[in-house]
Amino acid sequence: MSLDTSKVASSNAAKAATPAKPSKVGGVAGWADDRLGLATAARKNLRKVFPDHWSFMLGEIALWSFVVLLLTGVFLSLWFTPSMGEVHYEGSYDQLRGIPMSEAMASTLDISFDVRGGLLMRQMHHWAAMLFVASMMVHLLRVAFTGAFRKPREVNWVIGCLLLLLGTLEGFTGYSLPDDLLSGTGVRAADGFLKATPVLGSYMSFFLFGGEFPGDAIIPRLYIIHVLLIPGILLGLIAAHMLLLVYHKHTQWPGPGRTEQNVVGFPMLPVYAAKAGGFFFIVFGVTAIMGGLLSINPVWKFGPYDPTKVTAGSQPDWYMGWPDGLLRIMPGWESVIFGYTISWNVMLPILIVPPTMLIVLILLPFIEGWITGDKREHHLLQRPRNAPTRTAVMVSLMTFYGLAWAAGGNDIIAITFHSSINNITYFMRVAVFVGPAIAFFVTRRWCISLQRHDNDKLLHGYETGIIMRSTEGGYAERHLPISEASAYTLTARERDEIHTVDSDTDANGVVAPGSRVQALRARLSEKMYGHNVQKPTTEELAAAHQHAEHEHALEAGLDHPADGHQFDGHSDHTVDEAPLRGH
Amino acid sequence: MTDSHDHTLAVVEEPITNPGLPAHQWRPTDLDERAAKRAERQVAGMFGLSMVCAVLFVVAYFALEIGDNFDTFIGLGASTVALGLALGGAMLFIGIGIIQWARKLMGDHEISELRHPASSTEEDREATLEALSLGLEESGIGRRPLVRNTLLGSMAMLGLPAVVLLRDLGPSNAQVADAEKGLGLQHTIWKKGMRLVRDVVGTPIKASELEIGDLVNAAPEALFPTEANGYPEIEGVALQVQKAKGAIIIVKMEPEEIKPADGRDNWTVDGVICYSKICTHVGCPISLYERTTHHVLCPCHQSTFDLADGAKVIFGPAHRPLPQLPLAVDEEGYLIAQAGFDEPVGASYWEREKQ
Repeated sequence: MSLDTSKVASSNAAKAATPAKPSKVGGVAGWADDRLGLATAARKNLRKVFPDHWSFMLGEIALWSFVVLLLTGVFLSLWFTPSMGEVHYEGSYDQLRGIPMSEAMASTLDISFDVRGGLLMRQMHHWAAMLFVASMMVHLLRVAFTGAFRKPREVNWVIGCLLLLLGTLEGFTGYSLPDDLLSGTGVRAADGFLKATPVLGSYMSFFLFGGEFPGDAIIPRLYIIHVLLIPGILLGLIAAHMLLLVYHKHTQWPGPGRTEQNVVGFPMLPVYAAKAGGFFFIVFGVTAIMGGLLSINPVWKFGPYDPTKVTAGSQPDWYMGWPDGLLRIMPGWESVIFGYTISWNVMLPILIVPPTMLIVLILLPFIEGWITGDKREHHLLQRPRNAPTRTAVMVSLMTFYGLAWAAGGNDIIAITFHSSINNITYFMRVAVFVGPAIAFFVTRRWCISLQRHDNDKLLHGYETGIIMRSTEGGYAERHLPISEASAYTLTARERDEIHTVDSDTDANGVVAPGSRVQALRARLSEKMYGHNVQKPTTEELAAAHQHAEHEHALEAGLDHPADGHQFDGHSDHTVDEAPLRGH
Repeated sequence: MTDSHDHTLAVVEEPITNPGLPAHQWRPTDLDERAAKRAERQVAGMFGLSMVCAVLFVVAYFALEIGDNFDTFIGLGASTVALGLALGGAMLFIGIGIIQWARKLMGDHEISELRHPASSTEEDREATLEALSLGLEESGIGRRPLVRNTLLGSMAMLGLPAVVLLRDLGPSNAQVADAEKGLGLQHTIWKKGMRLVRDVVGTPIKASELEIGDLVNAAPEALFPTEANGYPEIEGVALQVQKAKGAIIIVKMEPEEIKPADGRDNWTVDGVICYSKICTHVGCPISLYERTTHHVLCPCHQSTFDLADGAKVIFGPAHRPLPQLPLAVDEEGYLIAQAGFDEPVGASYWEREKQ
């Protein structure tokens, strides 16, 4: 590809960098390629194209905060002692000196008070963990809302969902490690969850804790899970996630010159590498500043774990909040069948609903693909409004998540707003069912009306803000056609095809196998697409343009903005030359 | 197979045809040498600031004390704040510099690259399938089901050692259960005649010293062994296990306010009543007591128990009342347990009712 680089800043050099004589870099590269043969792979990838959009940065935040987690985590592991052996704290923090506590807690206090930069690293580690989970969630929403999970990217979606699950578990094991009062309370609740498992409950609890709660095994066990097992799997899955991203090439927004067959953007070297690499430093820097300025998990204020104590306002880390919320609003149902206890009050909100939510999430692209019957590859993203049902489903799931999460803070809400915790809880019991349904309906209709708005812009032009008075005294707003590029971008989407069943019986009147399933699929497809507004056809567009030209002739008047003082002589500046607001 | 062979793409370029990539726009830094120089100085300035921050980090590391002055600055140690800001600056300025460089000075021509279907070519697929079936054919796995089935069987059986190997992660409840020592989910250390002592300090409690509305966090005397009381030494894990199950709350209310459950008429002493402190939901220690209503609330998930009415659940996700400890007084007037708990304390579990 030949590019006009004649005007590129001189620091870039006008000519391509072809060294006159073999440079040292060339020598090293040659030595390496003789042995590793990397040039073939590098040739393809050094100038690989990555499309640009702010929303593509969200996954990058997750990636870089994971790197921050690895670096700060290694630092912490140099001092942290994952042991429940009892010691008397003798460090710098006055209020706890002489108090018996586990070595885990004592070493956490030492990292916080007696290792320079230790508290900074602890807080950076915790903030980066928050950022890691949060950015994964927002990235997941971006992918879902734009339909980026459609073929061929379903597998990468599944990997992403698993990353979110593992990231959450990694967070839980991590904040349990200091063995402070708050985390110990969380671990005890987790013990309660295990015990609620039918048949195996008490065995699982005893195996995890190495005997009866609290035992002395849980911290070392959580530690090895936290620093080796889960990070190892996370690393492998992240690598797979990135490899698939490179293989599929990134999705892009439709626009002039951007098609299903190409990918338009900046080459990896230099622009994308610089932007992505620079962004690593930004994420790292922001985490460092947060770690320096914002206190998080001050374990010295909670004190060491004591199974007889608890603090009011006990909250898990935020990403654990939604199952905790479901746990809080669940009615106290428990049944005893043939002498065996089934704790619905714990099983349903913790052991059944969250795994079900994860499975639903993983299946989303497959369910959608089955209903639409769409087997084509998709590389152009969809605006959320152009997939109203999918957008509505996601908003509905988000609403459920948000309400459950809010329920997890029902005590905080009650105290902050001086309201009755009982009423908040009763409200939430209903809201987690009704809220998502309302959200689904509202979002869907909202999307469809936005689609209509897009069609209006295509057919009638945009609103200029100029009010014209006709000779009859009627008022109308002047519309002008939108630019060709905007018009193309608005229409660069496929028409929805409703799946239909040809006939459920064959020539001999025998019901075709699977026709019932096909009929269900057709019904769902109708429900999914039936109300969508399709983009105008060529004829509609031509008719509208003809009509518009006629209208424009009638509306002809000012071709520049009016300042409102044309007739009263108070005008202090002229607007004759100013162009009309464009679009 | 037919589905995945279909590589037709969605048609989006109608009714308006694709106008093609817009013409490249030159930036001020491409056209104006002075603007380019300015951008160059900005980028270099950012890298310079990063170096300054790195030096500041080292200075702060050695200059600022840590230890007992950990809250000198906005509730955090001066060291933590200074190190965080310096490290953050050192990183941020590099990042900002690089991105400014990319935006202002690096070539900004968007280029286009063709996509290819994710699937392999038809020949590759066929060749792979052929190689696969040839390999399977040569292995004879299809013709020798005995080999295949025994292989599958042996692989499946490997799961047994893998699972069994984890058996010694911990003993089962049945293995540790010991009523005498109070071990196992169904037992606590409470026994007939054991004194109730104050949490933390371990002093016994006289029934007559309690006033209406008092709530005392208490523990079994066996957790505070002395020569005088003669209980065996207990520490470490054993102590934690017993603390986790044995914690109780003692409240005193007007005797007529208490509604004793069946068979529990004589479980209280003059309005003093005692329950397990461990929530029957998932096992948090409950603590928030409202003396006028006799309600106690678990701070974890807000289960609320009415202590005047057998600690039955009046709100929240818990199902069972808190287990009640029958009380009596000894000859010195101190509160003692008439007997241990008559049911397991804490969270429910599958075989709970069987024990």
